[in-house]
Amino acid sequence: MLIPYTVKPRPDTGLINSKLGIWLFLASEVMLFGALFSSYILLRVNSVDWPVGSTILSVPIAAFNTVVLISSSITVIMAWASLKMGNLSKGRMYILITFLLGLTFMCVKAYEYNTKFHHGLFPSESTFMAIYFTLTGLHGLHVLGGMIVFAYFWGPGAKMWKTEPEHFTNRIEIVGLYWHFVDLVWIFLFPVLYLL
Amino acid sequence: MGDSVEDIKKHVRTYVMVFVVLLFLTGVTVGISYVDMGHTMNIVLALVIATIKASLVAAYFMHLISEKKLIYYTLLIAALFFIGLMFLPTGQSLDPIHL
Amino acid sequence: MSQSDHHDEHANEHPKLGFWQAYVFSTDHKVIGIQYGLTALVFLFFGFCLMMLMRWQLAYPGQALPIFGSLFSDATMPGGVMLPEFYNSLGAMHGTIMVFLGVVPLAVGAFGNFVVPLQIGAPDMAFPKLNMASYWSFFAGGVVMLYSFMAPGGAANSGWTSYPPLSDIATAGQTYWLIGMIFLITSSLLGSVNFIVTIIQLRVEGLTYMRMPFFVWAQLVTAFLLLLAFPPLEAAGVMQLMDRLADTSFFLPTGLVVTGDALQVSGGGSPLLWQHLFWFLAHPEVYVLILPAMGIVAEIIANNSRKPLFGYKSAVYSLIFLGFMSFIVWAHHMFLTGMGTTISAFFQTTTMIISIPSVVILTVFFISLWGGRIRFNTCMLFALGFLPMFGIGGLTGLPLGLSAADIPLHDTYYVIGHFHYVVAPGTLLALFAGIYYWFPKATGRIMNEFWGKVHFWGSIVCMNMIFFPMLIQGLAGVSRRLYDGGASYEFAEPVLHYNAAMSHAAWLLAVFQLPFIINFFYSIWKGKQVDRNPWQSTTMEWEAPSPPPHGNFDTPPVAYRGPYEYSVPGAEKDYTPQCEAAEV
Repeated sequence: MLIPYTVKPRPDTGLINSKLGIWLFLASEVMLFGALFSSYILLRVNSVDWPVGSTILSVPIAAFNTVVLISSSITVIMAWASLKMGNLSKGRMYILITFLLGLTFMCVKAYEYNTKFHHGLFPSESTFMAIYFTLTGLHGLHVLGGMIVFAYFWGPGAKMWKTEPEHFTNRIEIVGLYWHFVDLVWIFLFPVLYLL
Repeated sequence: MGDSVEDIKKHVRTYVMVFVVLLFLTGVTVGISYVDMGHTMNIVLALVIATIKASLVAAYFMHLISEKKLIYYTLLIAALFFIGLMFLPTGQSLDPIHL
Repeated sequence: MSQSDHHDEHANEHPKLGFWQAYVFSTDHKVIGIQYGLTALVFLFFGFCLMMLMRWQLAYPGQALPIFGSLFSDATMPGGVMLPEFYNSLGAMHGTIMVFLGVVPLAVGAFGNFVVPLQIGAPDMAFPKLNMASYWSFFAGGVVMLYSFMAPGGAANSGWTSYPPLSDIATAGQTYWLIGMIFLITSSLLGSVNFIVTIIQLRVEGLTYMRMPFFVWAQLVTAFLLLLAFPPLEAAGVMQLMDRLADTSFFLPTGLVVTGDALQVSGGGSPLLWQHLFWFLAHPEVYVLILPAMGIVAEIIANNSRKPLFGYKSAVYSLIFLGFMSFIVWAHHMFLTGMGTTISAFFQTTTMIISIPSVVILTVFFISLWGGRIRFNTCMLFALGFLPMFGIGGLTGLPLGLSAADIPLHDTYYVIGHFHYVVAPGTLLALFAGIYYWFPKATGRIMNEFWGKVHFWGSIVCMNMIFFPMLIQGLAGVSRRLYDGGASYEFAEPVLHYNAAMSHAAWLLAVFQLPFIINFFYSIWKGKQVDRNPWQSTTMEWEAPSPPPHGNFDTPPVAYRGPYEYSVPGAEKDYTPQCEAAEV
């Protein structure tokens, strides 16, 4: 017997398994980042003096990174739309662009970390630096995870298109949902850490 | 949500529009941060803009605007627990006993 | 459409798998369930051994442990006499191993994996590969935890709750503990996503939500708790790792002095933050421990009293309500931290409210017995044993939910007695019941009844002899954190003699597990062979062959009725299986 509803949605829920699965996973991710945001608030409220992010961190760099991530969100959705319209080569091109945008984000992040280290700003410097490195580091790991998945779907994973194009399109939609969530977290991280 | 080629093309136009709005809002939030409107006001505005941006991403890019009920229920449960979690700093700082 | 047909063709072929794929890196939910079960049983026994060592020290403080004592290194028990640091390690690791590596994997990983897909008529879990990843992540976490005993300074010794600042400055074992926990959390996240999707998406035709067996409901609610409660602990674990490895001070306040020296950290952190995040997980975790146990008991009671479960719907709604409430009671573990009256009033109220659905469920079980033709077989005895034991555990918890009573009792043995009543004679008895009940499904053979009963009576008597004196000692004010069991305090004198009795009971309990272990392995190969449905049960797992093949059912079943149609008036036999079509 085969596991049902991997490609066709179950009639009464209207969903395929992986779609429900990824949303549940994202719900748990909300709780993970939520706990860190909650800790941020608690630490900040109880602190004696909390620095304004822009006095320590570079706002232009972070704004650039925000644009990069938002752009990668639109490219992943374009990849899905292209596949939905049956165009594999265009879809793969967009997947590759998304991957490269992710890579750009990580490189900028690495540069940012590096300048901080050069100025002697390590996580042990203050609670602000600690939460900054923890939040952006964890977010960076999520970006990295997404990039690995995109690399897989651009390369060996794309073989699936030949046998099961619909299944492959669904997979891109699912990883897209994850990627948008990573983008969404950054949308909050940016003002919280850099601007306030 | 229709799945024909025509529908998808229509969707793509929406996605591009949302994308432009997101870029614009990013500009706004950076700009506002340089204007001093009082500490609280700055925090509130930045968070409001971030929430609008996040809602746009969730609604259009993640298709939440036309999703199945089950997903809404799932997210509703998560939202309730998330509120519980946000209650945590309040629990910490509400009338503590000072020894 | 054509494409999914194509898919079907492929899946119907079952190529013969090699040993590694069939038994080790298997994606079959039944094999994974059994892997979880065996690993968890080994860890349960290991955790029990740690406790037996501690009980020696508590009964005979400072005396050398005979025979086994010489097996330990000088860093732990020089000359067979236990060092305080080692005692602390044993305590911390006993808690961690029992909860995260023993009971939860057995209740959720083993029974959930094995039984849930069968009970809902599914061919497998929704994501078989994820399921395998979940098991191996759990396994890796277990290995890290075991390895930590070899770390310099021994395993984690800051309690299973790992409260900072102590845990922030503890020896290297704590770092292993955190890394191990991150593996375990990952494992249960993968598992819980899988369970929810399986239960919602893979139910067979006709199996509506209100026709699902109570056990499946329990697993569904449990999976939601795991999914949403564990991430905050993961966040806290990451922060504590940062504290330990990157010298941050999330949990270290300014001006902390350790053994006379000011700690060189930036400060500004909050030790209470950890407690909030930890208990945000760990209170729902209590229900993760108890709900699957209730599910097992429900199945067995309905089956062996030959009656439908009384008030099935109210039990289900109570279960859901319990799940929600469990997220807003966490701070009742923290009354001692100096929280204000407003907040503690809130948490006391929610704590009192959450006892109501538990009582509803327990009442459902008791009334289900009324007027039934009860079969007192081994699994039923264990299930019946669960009821009063969980009752004692729950009722002794009520005073702890009120801050006025909690403040004097919190650091005493009363708390230890209370939660052990819930978890040990409560949950564990139910889990044993589950093993006896589903053993024929997993192996096609039945376990020996006589030795099963010996196991039951021995276990329940010994467990009560261990845990009831703890309640007495606690009320007398004996602290639960003492390395010598209270010998250094004069006021503890009148209740100290219980220590030796409790220890003897603990060792006797180990002896009474021998019949179980022998019975278990003997029955796998030599037990009496039985047919598909030895208990004449109604739920769907009994429709599959025993043991079920890959893909589970001969033909996909269809559910025509509710889960517990026993003794239906006018029916030929006293049970009407869910998949039996109505004769119209």
